[in-house]
Formats: sequence, C-alpha cells, structure tokens
Amino acid sequence: MRDVAIIGVGQTKFGQLWDKSLTNLAVEAGVKACLDANIDQKDVEVIYGGTMSGGLFVNQEHIASLLSDFSGFKNIPSIRVEAACASGGLALRQAYIDIASGLHDIAVVGGVEKMTDIGGHSVTKALATAASQEWEAFFGATFPGLYAMIAKLHMHKYKTTEEQLAMCAVKNHKNALNNPFAQFHKKIQVEDVLNSTMVADPLKLFDCSPVSDGAAAVVLASKQKAKELCDAPVWISGSGHATDALSLHDREDITTLKATVEAAKQAYVQAKIGPKDIGCVEVHDCFTIAEICAIEDLGFCKKGEGGRFTEQGNTEIGGRIPVNTSGGLKAKGHPVGATGVAQTIEAVLQLRGEANGRNTNAEIAMMHNIGGSGGTAVVHIFRR
Amino acid sequence: MTGIIGWGAYIPHYRIKAEEIAKAQGQDADTIKSGLRIEEKSVPGIDEDSATIAVEAAKNALKRANILPTEIGAIYLGSESHPYAVKPTGTIVAQAIGMSNNYTTADLEFACKAGTAALQIIYAMVKSDMIRYGLAGGIDTAQAAPGDPLEYTAAAGGAVFILGRENIVAEIKDTVSFTSDTPDFWRRAYQKYPSHGGAFTGEPAYFKHIINATELLLKKVNKKPTDYTYAIFHQPNGKFPVRVAKKLGFNNEQILPGLLVPKIGNTYSGSSILGLAAVLDIAKPGDTILVTSYGSGAGSDSFDIEVTDQILRIRNKSQSVQDYIDNIKYIDYATYLKYTKK
Amino acid sequence: MTVSKFWRNIPQYYNLIGKKCPECNSYYFPPRDVCSQCGNHKLEEHKFDGRGEIVTFTIIRTPLMDPEGEVIDIHAQTIPYILAIVKLEEGPKLTAEIVDCEIDEVKIGKEVGAVFRKIVEKGPHGVIQYGYKFKLVR
Repeated sequence: MRDVAIIGVGQTKFGQLWDKSLTNLAVEAGVKACLDANIDQKDVEVIYGGTMSGGLFVNQEHIASLLSDFSGFKNIPSIRVEAACASGGLALRQAYIDIASGLHDIAVVGGVEKMTDIGGHSVTKALATAASQEWEAFFGATFPGLYAMIAKLHMHKYKTTEEQLAMCAVKNHKNALNNPFAQFHKKIQVEDVLNSTMVADPLKLFDCSPVSDGAAAVVLASKQKAKELCDAPVWISGSGHATDALSLHDREDITTLKATVEAAKQAYVQAKIGPKDIGCVEVHDCFTIAEICAIEDLGFCKKGEGGRFTEQGNTEIGGRIPVNTSGGLKAKGHPVGATGVAQTIEAVLQLRGEANGRNTNAEIAMMHNIGGSGGTAVVHIFRR
Repeated sequence: MTGIIGWGAYIPHYRIKAEEIAKAQGQDADTIKSGLRIEEKSVPGIDEDSATIAVEAAKNALKRANILPTEIGAIYLGSESHPYAVKPTGTIVAQAIGMSNNYTTADLEFACKAGTAALQIIYAMVKSDMIRYGLAGGIDTAQAAPGDPLEYTAAAGGAVFILGRENIVAEIKDTVSFTSDTPDFWRRAYQKYPSHGGAFTGEPAYFKHIINATELLLKKVNKKPTDYTYAIFHQPNGKFPVRVAKKLGFNNEQILPGLLVPKIGNTYSGSSILGLAAVLDIAKPGDTILVTSYGSGAGSDSFDIEVTDQILRIRNKSQSVQDYIDNIKYIDYATYLKYTKK
Repeated sequence: MTVSKFWRNIPQYYNLIGKKCPECNSYYFPPRDVCSQCGNHKLEEHKFDGRGEIVTFTIIRTPLMDPEGEVIDIHAQTIPYILAIVKLEEGPKLTAEIVDCEIDEVKIGKEVGAVFRKIVEKGPHGVIQYGYKFKLVR
C-alpha cells in the first residue's frame, strides 16, 4: 500500500441554493479543489463521487458520467459511490484504496446532494430509503424517529438529559459562526433548542440537521505526486469502514453504533494511535444524539458518558477533544452525499491551520461519517 | 348435534358520548338519550376496519375452540362495511388467523342481519357434513352522515362463532327466517352513507319481521317465551328491542344481559350476535337462548340455542364482551370525525 | 409499497412468521436464509406469538407522507403516533406502532402483544395493506 495525501480541497456554500443545480454544485466544488491543488483537469485520472440519491432528489441517476462530463474530465473512469449519508466518506475511502493500490496517481473525490428541488415530505421520504423500507418505514419509522428511539434509550440507560443533547447543537452553531461555508450563522441557546418544535420525542427541530444543497471535493495524490505538487500535503494515516444491520431494531445494543466502533478500530490500528492522540474530530451529528453516541463509540469518553462529557465542555474548541469545529451537520448543513467529503475538508483545514477563527492547532484529525441509522460507518484519520 | 364450539367478540377501544354528538348537531342530549336509550357508542380506530375487527374476534374465538385454524373449512363474514366492494374480507381474515388454503368463503351483506345469515350458512354446511368446522361472523364499522340521527348509534364491533359437531358449548337446535322486500333502509352502490325511511323503519320493518320470525321459530320448536333463559333481539337503539320483547312476551330479565346498545351503539351486522356473545360469557349449562336478528331490506333470522356443560371449560380462555366494554377511551367529536374519515 | 412486495410479506405482516435455527436455537424475524450466529443454511419456519416488551420508543409528530397525495397514509392521519422497538419473547426485535393507549402509559420495559391493523391505504382506489401493531398488555 502506497501513502496517499490530500493535496487540494474545495467546497460550495451549504444551504438552500435555489439558483444552483446538482451539476453546478459538483462542478464548482471540483474546480475549486483542482485550483487549490494547483492541477489541471487533464491531470485527474479518476473520479469517485459520493451521492445518496440523485434519483429521488433530482430524478437523475448515472451521476458519475454527468459529473465527469461537466467537470471537463474527459473520458476518465468515474464511479458513483452510495452508502446513504456515508456516500461521501465512502467515496474518499474507495479513492484512497485506488491510489494506495497503485492503479492511479491523482483522484478527485466529490460529494454532492441537491435536496431542495423537491418538497419537505419528499425529502423525508427519500431519506427514509436509507432505513429498511419493508421493516421500518412501512411501519411508520422516519429518520428523526429512529434517532429519537436511540436518544430515548440513551436517556433511560445513562441519564443523559435533553439539555445535554441541546448543548451539542448550541456548540455546533457557535462553531459555524466562523465557517463561511456553513448554512447557519446564528448563535443559539439551550433554551432555543428545548423550545423548538417537537419532531419525534425527545428530539426537537433544533436537534436535527437541516435539509441542504451543497458539494465538496478533495484531490488525492500518491506520495510521489503529492511531493511534486504540494508544499503542505495532509496524509491519510488511517481508514476504516464497517457495516451493521440496516434496521436499527436488529442491532445488538440500540445505543451503540457498532459500525462506528469497528471502523474506528481499523483506522486507529492503521494509524498506530488511539483516541487520546486525536486533536480534533468531525463526527456525524445528523441529530444531536448521534454526536453523543459518536464521541462514545469513537473512544473519546466511556459509553454513556457522552452527555456529561459534552456538558463539561470537553468537545468545545479549546476542550479536550474539539468536536465539529466546522459547525457539524447541524449548523454547517447536511447535503447528505457531500457530508463525508466536507468533514474531510474541515480536517484538512485544521491540519493546515487554515480554519480561520476555529483553529485547534491539531496535529492529527479525524472524520466520522454514518450512513442511515448506523448501517454504514466510515472513519478516517489524517495527519500533517 | 351441531353448534358453537367457540365464540369471540371485539369492540374497538374508542367511545363517543351522545352528549358530544348532540353538541355537534345542536340538539338536546337528554332528549336524544331518553328517546334512543343510548349513552355512548364505539368508534373504530383510524387503522381499524371490518377485516381487522373480524381478525381480533376470530382470534378470540380460536382461543376458546380447541381446534387448529387449519381445520376450518369455510369462513363467512357478514358486514355492510366490507373494506372492499370487490375483494373478499374472508380471505384477509382467513390468512391472518392462520387458516389453510383448503376453505371456501364469500362475503355477505344483508344490512344488520348479515352476521346471522353467515351463521345459518355455516350451520347448514357443518350439519350436512360438507365441512367439519366453519367460521361465521358479523362485523361492521357503521357509517352515518354527519347530522343524521343514525350518528348517535352507528358503531363498530363484531362477533365470530366457530361451529362444529363435537365439543359443542351451545347447540343450535333450530333456525328460521322471515324475509320480504321492504325498502326501509338502504345504501346505493358508490354512496358513502346510507339513507332510510325514518319512522317507516319501525312497525312495517323492524317489528313486523322480528315478531314473525320469532313466532315462526317458537311454533317450530314448540316453545313459549317463558321457556328461555335469555332472549336477544337486534338492537338499532335501546328502545326497539325492549318494546319488541314486551310485545312477544319476554321480560327484562331475559333481555337485559344481551342488550349492549346503550354502551356500544348499533354494531349493525355485529349487533344481535354480540348480544349472543355477551350472554354466552355468563350462561350456565342448560340455559336456553333465543336470538332474532333484523336486517333492513328486510328480514329476520331466529335461532333456538341451548347451552351445554362444556361452556364452563372454555369461557375464560378469551376476553369477554364486558372486558371490551370496560376498557375504553372517550374521544371528542373532532377526533371522531378524523377516525371515521368524514 | 407495491402490491407484489406487500403480498410477498403477508406471512410476516399478518402472522409474524420468522425462522428458527435448529442448530443454535437462534430466532429470526423477519426470516433469514442463513443463520447469522452459526452459518447454518437450513433454518426452520417459526411463528412468533407476538408477545414482547418495549425496548425503546418515540412519539412521531412529523410523519412520512406521500408527496403527491396519492397514498392515504394512515400514519399521516394519526399523528402523533407512538413508534417503538419491541423485543419479542424469543429474542428478535422489530419496529412497530403502539396503539390504543395514552402516550404517558408507554414506558420502556412494558409488556405488549401484537394486534392486526391497517398500516397503509393506497388511496381510495388502491389496495389496503394490513400488518402488525402492538398493544400494551393490561
């Protein structure tokens, strides 16, 4: 296996981007990443694109061809990767494996989702396809509902409070104030979360990530190419990918995302480090409870301690392990297919010291991307 | 000997009080309550229909009958609210209670007496040895237009009986019918709510058919009203069955145990047979029961039934009608409209 | 859900028919063809009787709705409704609605039993899809 580096990053603004199509978004992010990497379109040898559901969101499949065409990457192999909301993270891993294997030297990894071209109910329905249609959605399960059931049991078993859940959202909104690409630049208080509309008890509107449009892209290069092209490459030092039952009810422990535990284990072993060595982490906070579970399952605190760990300020910038310095899915936005790549970009910016106003001086950073209610988890560790 | 080997009832969880409907209709509740002798009625949950009600009642009947569902050779269900106009309720229920594929079925409709019509058909099939066991039921989620006096009574529920020739708990000794073309109440194809002839539903319809059928039966089995421990007459409201019983020579003691309408309303095809189920819940070996249904259009089926000592063995194996009457939740008129999709 | 997809699942939706591994005594609902515990390929049919307990639950206040309004989704009409993960006595867990009770009666650990209800109606013209929901054991 060859070493692989990230030599360029680019992202669009996240949010309700009415004047941008899926193609516009993906091309904008890809072009920015190539400019950042100081390469030409013709240098790119392969594309890996993460998108959850072009079919349901914009009624367009065969995205791989579309994107390579409009990005000007003529006739090169292009692969669309799908693992629900972990599509972006998995695209990164597949590109990493490709370059590490020696097949190609330069890859563009893109993540994109255009979610606002359909109505709210259609979005809920499209997202629900990441859960089991026959055994969950048919019986009335929605995504907030599934995570709400995780939250309910977490609160029951570990005395986690609604306030502690709210604190994740408050912190992430605060962090997003310094991220120009974030969907929300709005400071909120715990009370704002607690008083927001109940969606699925105990989760309220402000416990949930928004519906977003957006794209993100990174350029990956082999060690040799990276040293030729880039002064400050960021190295992928660990990559993990694991799966678990598609249906939440089929998991051994509803409050543990075993896919996260397993993917993290792979990444830590490969990087030859442990949780204590991580300087900052982007976790998949599609709902506030997901951030609590993630910091436990990634090993930053013990199972059941996530709520108190958050309340004590450990996950703030300046705390023991800054979590979601970008604003997370909650405040930065969650164009589902783009999320894993956008998390990667935040890790790169942190390691380059370019996360203006939210720098952590981290030497090692991590990203954690989840598909569905935990059926897929992708974890990557990066170092300078 | 042919008779009932298991019975089961089901009444939905929700009730609406007559006061609540009177408020919506701008009427005086006390006048309505004393006029119709009704206090409240059952309302199906939004996810309930005649098929789901029949399934729950049939499961209760199976708990009492000591047979496997795969041994049942026919299922006939009477209702005026079959979920489909075309596609049988019987197949849904048979599948849900675990019957084999070796059975016959067809859906029945005869206003409020389709349940007893089913009972007669299954009785004939079992008695003739065409099948070993059969399942008959009457269920409804009765509809009434907002503002119609029927709204006070049109209710949901049903009862199911499994018939056989051994281990009988209540022998059906005989049955007769009295039927004529009398348009007192009807619902045309594709219409949501029924129409009716107002007062015409009384003397020439309900009373004439019930009295004639009952008298035909008494004559045929050579019995007097006083020979029966219990009597059950179709219950469109709380007044008609009491009056018809009196006219025929039955007293309140005989009819009150099976008179459920004040608490659950008129469950149409389930009405008289839910009364029968309630009586079987309390009857002793040797008790005799007379049941006469009434279906608009119009006809009555009358049954002569005798309870055996087997009844004590199976009575408590399932929930009783009283259990369903006791465990309820009251809803307001807005919720009622939502649940009944008006 | 299309008619054929629904029809294929009728034994599960109506009767909770799952599988049991005769080698290691593991139970599966919905049925599986391979035992996840021991790898055995010859699993036997098992009918679950529908008794179980609530593992966790939520109150859904924003339901899944058909965007074109072609499906009269009963869930959309019943909000708020109670959704739970139920652990069957034999071990498998499933997701289903809890009906006929007040929201504050539902607690983690409470005993429930399966009932037969309408799940989805495909509009006034379409097929009615029935299946399991659960009720508190009183």
